[in-house]
Amino acid sequence: MTRKTFRQSLSRFWVGNAVPVMFVVLIAFAIPLSRFSANYLVGEVITRLGRDSFLVFSLLIPIMAGMGLNFGMVLGAMAGQIGIILVTNWGMTGVGGLFVAMAVGTPLAILLGWAAGIVMNHAKGREMVTSLILGYFINGVYQLVVLYIMGKIIPISNSAIVLSRGYGIRNAIDLKTMRQSLDRLIPLKIDGIQIPVATFVVIALLCLFIWWFGKTKLGHDMRAVGQDMKVAEEAGIKVERTRIIAIIISTVLACYGQIIFLQNIGTLNTYNSHDQTATFAVAALLIGGASVARASIPNVFIGVILFHTMFVVSPTAGKQLMGSAMIGEYFRVFVSYGVIALSIVLYAWKRVKEREQSRSSLRGDQDL
Amino acid sequence: MTSIRTLIDKAGWPRIIIALLLLSLFLAAPAVGVRVDQSLTDTIVRFGMNGVLVLGMIPMVQTGCGLNFGLPLGIIAGLLGATLSIEFGLTGAGGFFGAIGLALPFAVLLGWGYGLLLNRVKGDEMMIATYVGFSSVSFMCMMWMLLPYHSPTMVWGYGGTGLRTTISLERFWVHILDDFLAIRIGQNFMFPTGMILFFALMAFVMWAFFHTKTGTAMTAVGSNPEYARASGVSVDRMRTISVIMSTVYGAIGILVYQQSFGFVQLYNGPFFMALPAVAAILIGGASVNKANITNAIIGTVLFQGILTMTPSVINSAIQSDLSEVVRIIVSDGMIVYALTRSTRKSR
Repeated sequence: MTRKTFRQSLSRFWVGNAVPVMFVVLIAFAIPLSRFSANYLVGEVITRLGRDSFLVFSLLIPIMAGMGLNFGMVLGAMAGQIGIILVTNWGMTGVGGLFVAMAVGTPLAILLGWAAGIVMNHAKGREMVTSLILGYFINGVYQLVVLYIMGKIIPISNSAIVLSRGYGIRNAIDLKTMRQSLDRLIPLKIDGIQIPVATFVVIALLCLFIWWFGKTKLGHDMRAVGQDMKVAEEAGIKVERTRIIAIIISTVLACYGQIIFLQNIGTLNTYNSHDQTATFAVAALLIGGASVARASIPNVFIGVILFHTMFVVSPTAGKQLMGSAMIGEYFRVFVSYGVIALSIVLYAWKRVKEREQSRSSLRGDQDL
Repeated sequence: MTSIRTLIDKAGWPRIIIALLLLSLFLAAPAVGVRVDQSLTDTIVRFGMNGVLVLGMIPMVQTGCGLNFGLPLGIIAGLLGATLSIEFGLTGAGGFFGAIGLALPFAVLLGWGYGLLLNRVKGDEMMIATYVGFSSVSFMCMMWMLLPYHSPTMVWGYGGTGLRTTISLERFWVHILDDFLAIRIGQNFMFPTGMILFFALMAFVMWAFFHTKTGTAMTAVGSNPEYARASGVSVDRMRTISVIMSTVYGAIGILVYQQSFGFVQLYNGPFFMALPAVAAILIGGASVNKANITNAIIGTVLFQGILTMTPSVINSAIQSDLSEVVRIIVSDGMIVYALTRSTRKSR
């Protein structure tokens, strides 16, 4: 009896954590191959925790509301970038500049999130693919705005960020004084490793917010909607409104997350910085053991640590193993897409099985 | 009045708007100094290049598997065929049809596996198809470096291993279909007869297939799976066949594309190739669960026409290159529109 339950709990652990365990094994092989020092690796991972965690957090609330992985978070990232561009144009500097960028990005992110929420309400049951394509679509609109409208209709006075033809924003914008201004706000160095204390404080506050949000009435409503939209509707919850709010929160958080990401990197690649944002954030969250229907705060941190260790290590490991760093680079891209594919397949598979089960039980009732 | 209303309902607003846009671009062309005959040639050539890829959408939509965002899988089969054909040194028509022959087994095999996978995830096909496409493209990125190809035209000069990102078809089978019986009128007009004939052949095969017993069973599976099951049709088997067909059309489609384009693009080349094909069939009036050959033809003409005309006309009119942005907004906007439209019937 006890052995059986042990076996059951073991298999449950495996089913729930197969992806993170596989990654730990993978990384355990790759780290010695890469020959990086522990000090360097720890430093890299701490930097990336500060850089990326906030973005990954933006995915949690739509999952809670049963809308799956919100690939539309790039909408927020683009809002953040527009904030950064305008702030640079106005010549603002330092942490103050970052906060103004966030303030400028917020209404844009709310607007985009609201629109995305409405679109996704029209595509119930296929929110993920819709949010993915919506991200591509808004990317087109973003390019239209940044490349043609900025400098023509929206006045841009700072000639350093305008293309030589007189309108449109340059490919790369140097963030100068904003670079790592949040990371280094509270300077702390341990063993030569720069610790982004202030960024971690912001992330801790966000954790607190998400934990608190789960306990509010709205948070409970979202879980109910995520469980079963029909039941929630009958219980008097405004399902569509709740779903729109979930996407708005996600988009706004992604806007802040992208600004934090950019201040760490130090340059804005106007047309590429947001290309991989959603893919990498989603992959990190899934590697941390989350699924399409369930994600928690620890999943975020575990995921960012594992994903980014792999990210740092794989080019050099690839070079040692196959004689080419390119292989390692292709490998990490493959892993990002592969892990997303695997997770959504497992989730869909489960959903089909549940549906079949409920159908067969229904059939049993009809026979009587 | 009512007849106009029904006409609009039948064609759908997006198709009408895009058709009007295309018409006005053609009308505006002479005014801004763009040659209409040249533009027509470009539109026809691009129609031929993309037509077979768009046809590849039809089988999966018809059996209820949704839009084939996993088209890159078929493209990969085609790329394997193309590279193997070059490796064996096949040239001319033999090279092109050799490439098709070599690609087919890969396409059938990959399509079969892809079909089995999609049968287990009914209801989420499109999302999974997208990521099957993405992950297989990135997996092949590694393979293009590792597979033991030797032909000096394809392998990087230094190092001696790994394939180039683009391989010229100059000495192999460039324009093999385009130039077959091509009709040239004046300097600027050319009709790629061979390529259009090949498209017609592929469309006819598709049409004929959907009029066989298996073909009708496939349509039945898409429109009403419960009814199909009740009348003794194996739903899963029909779906698998449709996925294999879509993948095979993807493989042949990319070869037609390449012979006209003149280059084989490996590595990240196929990443986003599904989106234009999906957008084209939707613009042609297809929906997530209904598509036919007419949709594919009209859609490809309209979409490729817009892509041809916007750079030339708009550039000349306002002196800036909006084509990339127009492409993204039209194609992805159309897909989002279609995804929010039809509610899922087949459940």
